[in-house]
Amino acid sequence: MAGRYRSPLTWNDVTPRSLYLNRRQIMAGSGALLGAGLIGNRAQAQDLEPNTWEEITNYNNFYEFGTGKDDPARNAHMMTTQPWSIQIDGLVDNPGTYSFAEIMDGMTVEERIYRLRCVEAWSMVVPWNGFELADLLERVGVQAGARYVAFETLNRPEEMPGLRFPVLEWPYREGLRLDEAMHPLTILATGLYGEPMPNQNGAPIRLVVPWKYGFKSIKSIVRITLTEEQPPASWNMAQPREYGFYSNVNPNVDHPRWSQATERRIGGGLFATRQDTLMFNGYEDEVAGLYEGMDLAEFF
Amino acid sequence: MMVESINRALRRLPPWAIYVAAALWASWMFYLGATGGLGVEPIEALEHAYGERALQLIVLGLAVTPLRRFLGINLIRFRRAIGVTAFFLVLAHFAVWAVLDVQSASRIWADIVKRPYITIGMAALALLIPLAVTSNNLSVRRLGSAAWRRLHMLVYPAALLGALHYVWLAKGFQLEPMIYLGLTLLLLALRFPALQTRLAS
Ligand code: HEM
Repeated sequence: MAGRYRSPLTWNDVTPRSLYLNRRQIMAGSGALLGAGLIGNRAQAQDLEPNTWEEITNYNNFYEFGTGKDDPARNAHMMTTQPWSIQIDGLVDNPGTYSFAEIMDGMTVEERIYRLRCVEAWSMVVPWNGFELADLLERVGVQAGARYVAFETLNRPEEMPGLRFPVLEWPYREGLRLDEAMHPLTILATGLYGEPMPNQNGAPIRLVVPWKYGFKSIKSIVRITLTEEQPPASWNMAQPREYGFYSNVNPNVDHPRWSQATERRIGGGLFATRQDTLMFNGYEDEVAGLYEGMDLAEFF
Repeated sequence: MMVESINRALRRLPPWAIYVAAALWASWMFYLGATGGLGVEPIEALEHAYGERALQLIVLGLAVTPLRRFLGINLIRFRRAIGVTAFFLVLAHFAVWAVLDVQSASRIWADIVKRPYITIGMAALALLIPLAVTSNNLSVRRLGSAAWRRLHMLVYPAALLGALHYVWLAKGFQLEPMIYLGLTLLLLALRFPALQTRLAS
């Protein structure tokens, strides 16, 4: 059931490998493609020029490796990602511990160029490779009572120096409502730019939910649990007033400590200008229906 | 012995060296930021570098008197240069924030009134202005040394607000801002006469 969602562009449409590895591209070509009406949604089309490999892999929030943005790039090599398995449990028909190979077996890996908007008001565009979470959930069989999906990151102090500090309650946890998890935009990513996922970006397998703030897209997943109740989420537990369970990108609802109306695209250098943040990070057409009738200022 | 050799080495260093070193460092950081040497997000990196160095100098400035009283290390000659340099780095920190980071007058204003950690940073900056302006011999003479000293006690709340600003802006529970806050509180506590006599005896 792959391919429910078509990325407006894929990275090999626009950027030869030798170029993206070296420097940022001004993609006049992509502008022409978009202008030609390949995509209906203009908000979605704008600015989908991917960040470089260097930018995506050197500016990360992965507190298990330290709170500095460059700590993950420095420390994440310590993490063993082979072998890897995910424990899938809770309200599923086929619970169990699935090896990475078993999970990937039969999955169609696609390229998805998504905007990534961090709650700290910076953003990137990332060319992920991955498959739809719905495909995995369908395979393990979601039971009737399940309403939420809970995720957990690897918790291995000897390989993750940041775990020594109680920055958050470890292990890192996140959750989605089942319909959010089943949405075709929601993927489990296993690579970027056609390369295997770098450790600092959440190797070997991570969630990507492009219409939510980045911290929802949990990295290095070792457990997926289908639940009836809303599962705990790490930032939400730490500061519920600042980080809601939904955490949908919303320029109209400020974080108490900073505005969410604008963002800075990484890669513009010292004199980069800010740009307006888009509702649902530019995926409003696709996902607004999930929240119909909800007050987004209350369920932030 | 060690204290003596430290003091001897310090006597050879002219106070203006601090201004020169700070100006060179701040320009070098700016140059690095403009040329890709501060990583892929140079605005944040520069903002943080200036803010953190400013806080370090404020803490060092608070440490001058206790260092001499309790350890015999004499930094008095440098105190003015340390303080004035700290002020200019706070100013640079503010300028990076206003001009490069936030980029619009209405957003600057909105942030100052709406975001407590910005508000208290701004308050700390405002408290440092009269101190920087009066950090010259003429002002000491004009004000008289008692009034001047009283005025410069404003550095205590300024330091406290600066340290709180750092604690407040950190995400999650982080160690580094707590260390700065702890040091600041300790250095302020050492100003209480009761504690001074206890420690000195
Ligand atoms: C005495 C005055 C001040 C001191 C000592 C100070 C110190 C600091 C320190 C140590 C940091 C963190 C650096 C790091 O994470 O490595 C910081 C960050 C910051 N400061 Fe200040 N600051 C002062 C005043 C101000 C003022 C006046 C403003 C703006 C009006 C301001 C805005 C900021 C911002 C926006 C950040 C970064 C926040 C983030 O990255 O989320 N600061 N400051």
